[in-house]
Amino acid sequence: MFFPISHAHVSPVYLGVVGFVIGVLGGFFGVGGSFLAGPALRVVGIDWNFAVGTDLAHIVGKSVVAAKRHRALGNVDLRLGLFMAIGTIAGAEMGAQLIQVFKRAGNVNFVVSVVSIVIYLSISAFMLWESSKTLGRQKQSSARPKSTALVAKADDSAFKHVTTAIQRWRIPPMISLPASGVTISFWIILLVAFVGGLCSGFLGGGAGYIRMPSMVYVLGIPTHLAVGTDLFEIIISASYGTFTHAIKGNVDILIALVMNIGAAVGAQLGAISTQYFAGPKIRLAFVPLPVIGAGIVIYTMFSGHKL
Amino acid sequence: MRAFVVELLVYAVLVTAYFFGVLHFLGGWLMRLATEHIHTYAIVAILLIIGQAVVLEAVTTGLLRLLRGGRSE
Repeated sequence: MFFPISHAHVSPVYLGVVGFVIGVLGGFFGVGGSFLAGPALRVVGIDWNFAVGTDLAHIVGKSVVAAKRHRALGNVDLRLGLFMAIGTIAGAEMGAQLIQVFKRAGNVNFVVSVVSIVIYLSISAFMLWESSKTLGRQKQSSARPKSTALVAKADDSAFKHVTTAIQRWRIPPMISLPASGVTISFWIILLVAFVGGLCSGFLGGGAGYIRMPSMVYVLGIPTHLAVGTDLFEIIISASYGTFTHAIKGNVDILIALVMNIGAAVGAQLGAISTQYFAGPKIRLAFVPLPVIGAGIVIYTMFSGHKL
Repeated sequence: MRAFVVELLVYAVLVTAYFFGVLHFLGGWLMRLATEHIHTYAIVAILLIIGQAVVLEAVTTGLLRLLRGGRSE
């Protein structure tokens, strides 16, 4: 099928399958999946600028479907999502400015690659340690939870003592988040969102790989709510990103629409699946995603082939 | 699982109709918009992707209900 906006010939079945796979990941983990979608579009010959912009547009559509499903399951904290969107957009702008600084210095590719590898691997290592420790502790306790959807939502973390200490920082204004069962300083929410936005603007994609874990470990949001709220927040920030890329001529909306057809089914499947897994298991299953991202960056660094 | 496979088949028929209908007619118009009115194109792109997502979500949820005899999950 010929897509006239990006002048690319791509099979719609391929786009649908890619959308489906990324939809499942997005619905289950609350990530945009750009670390897979970008290379998947590049592989079939779509220019890098179109791959980045079109992927953002597709993320908007997929996140709408997944967030709607998560909302029906009670997994979205709208209040938190709106506050986070402010910090994310500000952070994304700062990240984009930082890219310009390194571009002028002439070492943008090297710096972005090294920073992303360090961040991806650190997140994976930390989440592997934390979720394994939490699951080990749960195994030791005699009362083993039943596998009903309601019990599966019960959350626990080996990092909880640090989260509780952060929640004790009473820097006004304090924000009450009844949906998540948390009261926390507005500035901490803003900081978490800003860091996520900074990673998004600097490293590309939606930065769900850092925002979802930050919401769990720093803000103390239950994993299921972090996944749903992250998706809601991504709708706002990715829409902003889509607009800025579209006016630069980097979005082929026809490709994004086709990808979204597969993503709509995948995102619902992923979102529904979260009901059957407890928070620590979702976090443990998340561990390979940043490693795959790091693997792709290492490959592009050493092969010189930008996927 | 059976319901999901049936859903996928019904969905595939709808998608094929969608390809040959909507995308075929939208392609030329969007191409013109992208080259002549880039700001309008940017807004239309966001509205289209959100609109399609809302419709698809409603279609898949409706199909699930239909195939599972009124239950949403």
